[in-house]
Amino acid sequence: MPQVTLSVNGKSHTVEVEGRTLLVELLRERLRLTGTHVGCDTSQCGACVVHIDGESVKSCTILALQADGTQVTTIEGLAKPDGTLHPMQEAFREYHALQCGFCTPGMVMAAIDLVQKHPAGLSEKEIREGLEGNLCRCTGYHNIVKAIAAAQDVMHGRRSELARAEAAE
Amino acid sequence: MNVVAPFEGIGVSVKRKEDLRFLSGRGQYTDDIVRPGQTYAYILRSPHAHARINRIDTAAAQASPGVVAVYTGADLAAIGGLPCGWQIHNKDGSPMAEPKHPVLAEGKVRHVGDPVAVVIADSRERAKDAAETILVDYEVLPAAATMQAALAPGAPAIHDGIAGNLCYDWHIGDKAVNDAAFAAAAKVVTFETTNNRLVPNAMEPRAAIGDYDTTTGEHTLFTTSQNPHVIRLLMGAFVLQIPESKLRVVAPDVGGGFGSKIYHYAEEAIVTWAAARLGRPVKWTADRSESFMSDAHGRDHVTKASLALDANGKILALRVHTQANMGAYLSTFAPCVPTYLYATLLAGVYTTPTIYCEVKAVFTNTVPVDAYRGAGRPEATFLLERLMDVAAKETGIDRVELRRRNFIPADAFPYQTPVALQYDSGDYQSTLDEALATADWAGFEARRAEAARRGKLRGIGVSTYLEACGIAPSAVVGSLGARAGLYEVGTIRVHPTGSVTVLTGAHSHGQGHETTFAQLVSDRLGVPVAQVDVVHGDTAKIPFGMGTYGSRSLAVGGSAMFKAMDKIIAKGKKIAAHLMEASVDDVEFDRGTFRVAGTDKTKSLGEIALTAYVPHNYPIEEIEPGLDETAFYDPKNFTYPGGCHIAEVEIDPDTGRVAVVQFTAVDDVGRVINPMIVEGQVQGGVAQGIGQALLEHAVYDTNGQLLSGSMMDYTMPRADDLPNVGVATHTTLCTHNPLGVKGCGEVGAIGSPPAVINAVVDALRDYGVSHVEMPATPDRIWGIINAGRKMAAE
Ligand code: FES
Ligand code: FES
Repeated sequence: MPQVTLSVNGKSHTVEVEGRTLLVELLRERLRLTGTHVGCDTSQCGACVVHIDGESVKSCTILALQADGTQVTTIEGLAKPDGTLHPMQEAFREYHALQCGFCTPGMVMAAIDLVQKHPAGLSEKEIREGLEGNLCRCTGYHNIVKAIAAAQDVMHGRRSELARAEAAE
Repeated sequence: MNVVAPFEGIGVSVKRKEDLRFLSGRGQYTDDIVRPGQTYAYILRSPHAHARINRIDTAAAQASPGVVAVYTGADLAAIGGLPCGWQIHNKDGSPMAEPKHPVLAEGKVRHVGDPVAVVIADSRERAKDAAETILVDYEVLPAAATMQAALAPGAPAIHDGIAGNLCYDWHIGDKAVNDAAFAAAAKVVTFETTNNRLVPNAMEPRAAIGDYDTTTGEHTLFTTSQNPHVIRLLMGAFVLQIPESKLRVVAPDVGGGFGSKIYHYAEEAIVTWAAARLGRPVKWTADRSESFMSDAHGRDHVTKASLALDANGKILALRVHTQANMGAYLSTFAPCVPTYLYATLLAGVYTTPTIYCEVKAVFTNTVPVDAYRGAGRPEATFLLERLMDVAAKETGIDRVELRRRNFIPADAFPYQTPVALQYDSGDYQSTLDEALATADWAGFEARRAEAARRGKLRGIGVSTYLEACGIAPSAVVGSLGARAGLYEVGTIRVHPTGSVTVLTGAHSHGQGHETTFAQLVSDRLGVPVAQVDVVHGDTAKIPFGMGTYGSRSLAVGGSAMFKAMDKIIAKGKKIAAHLMEASVDDVEFDRGTFRVAGTDKTKSLGEIALTAYVPHNYPIEEIEPGLDETAFYDPKNFTYPGGCHIAEVEIDPDTGRVAVVQFTAVDDVGRVINPMIVEGQVQGGVAQGIGQALLEHAVYDTNGQLLSGSMMDYTMPRADDLPNVGVATHTTLCTHNPLGVKGCGEVGAIGSPPAVINAVVDALRDYGVSHVEMPATPDRIWGIINAGRKMAAE
């Protein structure tokens, strides 16, 4: 069986895989990183989004072998070793941008890439359009959009701290 | 006053306790679980809607690499079929038709996706590879893919011995009284509609793992369920004959349900049965295509209705004829959805004096249909709220005014409807007023004109709705055909050092129970939220439970906790009285502190707990040690959330695309425990309602092939399909549960679809339309606009 060598969350792995093994299967079943989810079989939902060399990729749409030699980051690798959350994770919690949590890892990974690609900042409309590849069935996206809008200010250094969600009435 | 600082009790938007594990990838969903020696099941499903199975040849599959076992219906024939939990009776008093629902097809398949065989192998891929070698000799039969086809004379018989594919022919109301009211009416308005069939599509596909301990004979099922105890009951007692003591059902983190994970599904029985037979764990996980053809679908009603009014627009009577699609088999709670969760809601928020409703439930060669977020209540609300707009148009009375004239007044509660329910509280004028103000209803015409200048058609729509949830008084539902009680169970376990574990029979799959329930306890017992752990989803840990659906977790499950806390406080008072040498009657309790009334003598809950577990100085003759109480709470009535939703849409006449540009929800969900979570629930529900109104539709062709069978074909709402959803609450308390709560999980999906369609019809008012069916797709809208333009040109 062919071998793939890749770094996942800063740790190097060499794994034998079948030619047909998908990256998401490698992550979930071989490396037991089950934070990356599978929500569909047609590349529609984005529950499986990870970063490959810093770019968001649907890990259900790429073969494990194609990831050879890359640096992969999954949701498990986002927080600092001391447990400090990434501003996007922090914002999702602050703005109640998750309910069942199933879409959340993919949503957070996609959102980080979206924000990074738009250093000038994103409008609400642009955030909504930028989430085109990710489905959430629980939240209606309202709070996801708000969380991303708040996180981008911190990620781009425009604020040192996350704007707190308005107290609900 | 002894107030906990910071206050984390009722009414505070406490951030969710569950978020950290979900945000860091440490949630544990069923497919994340790996059991030692685990095997993988792949289920071969029927590609035909209706066919006889002449022969199944599994020889090649048995011999395929990695295959452990292959089973067909013949292997499972000895076990029971999947049971139905609700029996409806026909008009003549005879019971509904209840055909066997085999776990694996027996001799015949009845819908695309019907399970035919299961292959178990050492990997998912190998199981799938082997399944491809199974030869099934199908004799394809004509299919009845729609209710119309199934009810037509000479239609194919889906089940032997069930005449005309009719499951039941049921009614409610006094027909003679109703007819008389119609005869005396100044105006009769009629309306027909199809409530579109939906696929729930929780983002986590269903999954199940069966495990078996050969030494103890104990079965364990991990499953994506909203109600593990119900699954244990149904599967243990009716399908596999396993006593409760030998069957543990665990529903770990579950990625959304919306009803679709209430039911007992074939795959749960298959993996449990096979694991025992093989002595190895068996795991099955649906891929999304399987979800589309095996998860219970929702809605799918065809309805004709008439509304009788007097000359002033007062409603005199409502008459409704509905056909409800059951699909090929009866899913667990399917029969109650178009009857007791639909017809009993037809009074809505109005004083309609007489209602007659007839419901025919029909078998078709499609996936079974069951409760999906709202279940019956969205169908009733859509019908009523469209009917109100049609009536307003035909009578020339303003649509808001017509509603006001017919509202049940705020001082009329308790209010007995003509269709069985008795509403305890509500204030429909206030929720309407507040929504009209927030949405700037009065200023709408200026916005319409402004949109017109941009070439857009703008419309506004209102819906004033009510629903019945907090399901449900056991005696009542029992008399209506439920084969279960619908109480809930809560345990409050105060540990020796004063921290608390809550065991609940409700199940959280997105609702945030771990936080809301902790707030309930914190509010009453004065223990910080961080020290209250909520345990759910495991029959080995929780005494019993009926699970989460019908917006019941807080109203019923929360009330059970409240009752258990009553017992904790009562016992604590006895201990406190003993320690403080006072009479029990003189001991007061407030948020964690026991006090001898009128003195400064106090004991904290922590001190009492420690004494209860270290009973050296203790009234041991009188009470037992420990501070751990369980309560079963059976609700006295349904709860009745209601409110007003207003949608504003803009249509691009060139493409027919409808954009919801503003959405306002003002809901009365009773007392609000965590406003942030309530808002999120409403927003999510509204998203599903807008999805139903504009995007979603499960479509079968005439041969019974599911055309919208993947996320490429079935339009799920995405972020750019939806607006921001403004949510406010206006509270009247539920009068019959100790918390005053009503429930918020379904209101969004119930109130919103008619608000959106009313807005769409309003936007198209110059095109001669009185109704637009759901989903109002660009294709449909463009067709209407184009036809309207042609008519204008002629
Ligand atoms: S699993 Fe749905 S896009 Fe990858
Ligand atoms: S939080 Fe459940 S799917 Fe997004």
